[in-house]
Amino acid sequence: MDTNELIRALAADARQQAASISSIWWGAVGLAISLAAAVFFTTLGPRPDIATAAETPRFLFKFVVTITLAASAFGLARTLSRPDESWRKAMPYLAIAPALIVMAVIVELFVLPLDTWSAKLVGTNSMVCLTFIPLMGIGPLTIFLLALRHGATARPALAGAVAGLLAGGIAATFYAAQCMDDSPLFVATWYTIAIAGLALVGAVGAHRFARW
Amino acid sequence: MDGRDESELARLLQAAIAGDERAYGEFLLRAANLVRGFARRRIVQGGIDPEDVVQETLLAIHMKRHTWRDNAPVTPWVYAIARYKLIDAFRRRGRRVEIEIGQIAESAAQPEPETVSDREIGRALDTLAPGQRSAVAAVCVDGHSIRETAKRLGMSETAVRVALHRGLAAIARRIGRK
Repeated sequence: MDTNELIRALAADARQQAASISSIWWGAVGLAISLAAAVFFTTLGPRPDIATAAETPRFLFKFVVTITLAASAFGLARTLSRPDESWRKAMPYLAIAPALIVMAVIVELFVLPLDTWSAKLVGTNSMVCLTFIPLMGIGPLTIFLLALRHGATARPALAGAVAGLLAGGIAATFYAAQCMDDSPLFVATWYTIAIAGLALVGAVGAHRFARW
Repeated sequence: MDGRDESELARLLQAAIAGDERAYGEFLLRAANLVRGFARRRIVQGGIDPEDVVQETLLAIHMKRHTWRDNAPVTPWVYAIARYKLIDAFRRRGRRVEIEIGQIAESAAQPEPETVSDREIGRALDTLAPGQRSAVAAVCVDGHSIRETAKRLGMSETAVRVALHRGLAAIARRIGRK
């Protein structure tokens, strides 16, 4: 088949159009949030004292971090779905959530007496955290890998890892409403491990699955 | 490539995305020239035919043209796709070289005949289901229009369009998976 013959066939196929990257990602994130919400409300549900917890800064700060992570990962995943280099501009935003949690940990270490540090870090819920963030995140991650496959990323592993951060950010936002451990020490340790696990699965999955 | 060429390319691609087949053909011809120059500059030793890279890039542009951001520059986008497909070609050739070394002992006596037209995409076409294959072949190899192909194959025009589209998508998948 010579190149002009191929061009003839492609031109004849001009009318078949795929959905835009932007609409695919908004649809994907809507579906992912619904899915994570469904798993959350059928398994865990919010903690019983959520009304009083909502008045404490530590509880609220968990949502600031997880939602910031999800939002920055969303913007980056969308640009990583295109083959060009425009994703590099969205990359710095990904540092905001880690910077926030590092600052919060520093403040927490100043505020708390030394002998309570390890108790706050270990918390009471770490196994639930390590179970339910991946459990609520794996469905969203699958949806995001499909969205990446629909696009054309030149960096499959990186895009997959970012998709994992997005799925982890969404799952952690729901999980934070249940978790009784509000200390930034706990969040910085266990949330990070759980979300990093999803990022790793995303990187491996996209490396295999988002080739084109 | 100057600013005028770039804006003409953007205009053609916009028209193509709106469904203009003639503008799309013109766009693909120009993109093919860009990619051909790109591939020839980068493939310095044998083993990869630059024209294979041109064809695989055109097919990828076609399958992924929704990843072009409306009113973004077209040329960097075309080159980004070409670069990805070139790396893919190098990766595949690396693998093939290993296989060939392993098989040399057994099959050195029977070299396979290879014709110029026998390209990767042509080989992928041969593996399609018969319906898709005849639709793709009628349009590209024999140069028939969608209407003529529909008449010759006794199908509706819509069915020919669907078979063509699915056939091209299957070829793209096969190339990507190797």
